[in-house]
Amino acid sequence: MKWPNPSQISARAFRVWQRNFSIYKKNWKISFIPPLLEPLFYILAFGVGLAVMVGELIFNGEHLTYTTFIAPALVAVAIMYNAFFETTYNSFVRMYYQKTFDALLATPLNLEEIILGEILWAATKSVIAAGLMTVVISLCGFFECPGALLLIPLALLGGLVFAALGMICTALVPGIETFNLPIFLGITPMFLFSGTFFPLQNLPEWAQTVAKFLPLTHLVALVRGSSLQLFSGELWFSLLYLLVAALLLIPLAIALMVRRIVV
Amino acid sequence: MAILEVESLRKQYGLLTAVDDISFAVQPGECFGLLGPNGAGKTTTIRMLYGYTPRDDGTLRLFDLDIDTDLREIKRRIGICQQEDSLDPDLTVRDNLVGYARYFAIPKGEAEGRADELLTFFALHSRANDKITILSGGLKRRLMLARALVNQPELLILDEPTTGLDPQSRQLLWEKLAELKKQGLTILLTTHYMEEAERLCDRLVIVDNGTILIEGKPQQLVRQQVGSSVLEIADPDDKVRAFLDKEASRVEDLGSRLLVYLDDGDELFLKLTREVRTEGCVLRPAGLEDLFLKLTGRELRE
Repeated sequence: MKWPNPSQISARAFRVWQRNFSIYKKNWKISFIPPLLEPLFYILAFGVGLAVMVGELIFNGEHLTYTTFIAPALVAVAIMYNAFFETTYNSFVRMYYQKTFDALLATPLNLEEIILGEILWAATKSVIAAGLMTVVISLCGFFECPGALLLIPLALLGGLVFAALGMICTALVPGIETFNLPIFLGITPMFLFSGTFFPLQNLPEWAQTVAKFLPLTHLVALVRGSSLQLFSGELWFSLLYLLVAALLLIPLAIALMVRRIVV
Repeated sequence: MAILEVESLRKQYGLLTAVDDISFAVQPGECFGLLGPNGAGKTTTIRMLYGYTPRDDGTLRLFDLDIDTDLREIKRRIGICQQEDSLDPDLTVRDNLVGYARYFAIPKGEAEGRADELLTFFALHSRANDKITILSGGLKRRLMLARALVNQPELLILDEPTTGLDPQSRQLLWEKLAELKKQGLTILLTTHYMEEAERLCDRLVIVDNGTILIEGKPQQLVRQQVGSSVLEIADPDDKVRAFLDKEASRVEDLGSRLLVYLDDGDELFLKLTREVRTEGCVLRPAGLEDLFLKLTGRELRE
């Protein structure tokens, strides 16, 4: 496996982003529906249905309603899903079925730029979804401004990490149906056990330790801390975790894709 | 100066040597053919030319530029029509061209102008706003070819451009390629259709098992290697065989069919039909297919 060299990558990667964006734009009305409606469904279900049973909880010394507690997690999960599903299923379809990468390789672009462009696009989808959800949830009165504005750069960072993870899966799976495995073993447990729907402290000690290694744990912590303006020193560590993860996983994803495609 | 120089090109896949020491050069303005049966190494060779597949050994120079140092510049100046359709199904016919021009950093206005020109040239204008998914195979191929020309390449590389097309689409593509050749475009083409090679190629190589078997001008090669005409005899009996043993020097026995390669005139044919029998005897001009089968054998490949 060959590690990508930064000199291989030029602004041409942006052309791949542009291709995906121009297709997304055509269907924006449909693409906008899930991030606008999803938080409303959850707030309704959890806020009306579940919160009455759960009552208030104490987070970082603050009394929060259950709905306020989970609202930021919804955004963090959407960041994960949008990026991960873009670079798994959608990138795989472009690579394997539509031969889009083959077509691009006959132009001045190289594979490193194509993969980076795909990852950047997936992170952009996370930013769009997080942005829309933040507006809806803020209008419902659950988020604090200006802290919620931090969700945009956080969505970009988190999007890059999960896009790179998705692309690594794409580089390794034999076929499109195999994506079930990383989703069932990675994404679903993260969705449930990253401090999303209950505080990490409710987990047994060992499970808390495991959860500290999951990227979604850190994204949830950052998103919750920012949008509710409950900042703490630990968040710096979470930020560092995601930055390092992005800096390691993006080149790894590129290297693995090159290994898969170039024979 | 040659447009493309391939020297001692080699590619190994495990134990299989896909391309084994291939060398050839394509001159400006010519149409050069890479002929060979399925699995001969044609596509692997083509893919190495634009850096899609890394080569194991040899040198590749296009426009006098080395592929190792100037791949981007080379890719900017060539047009590649791959064997499998790689059109963008999310875009319309016209947007496939305009969008592709973006990867060559062609300004939008210019790209749109070129797209319209190419759509007209390939008789696709009425389908400009159609989705790719509803196009027939022939239309898709035409669009693939149009897309390969969007950057106004100096060398057009075509990997089996008419495989799977109906005769009408094939004829139209050949006409368009001939027209492009007349405009001075240099073309490198792989095919296993002999009619295609005969019609388009100025020079060609026949490849098998990753090596070049022969190189030259198609008509000249056929004359030298096969002869001027071929006499085909269906269901030969002993009388025919005895006659040929005596009269002909180059006979290929396929069991239920005999092929007699002739260098001059039709005397043998006339004598055979006068003295032995007429039914099942056909005299036809020798073609590239005869040469191809002679060199690569008649057994099935896959």
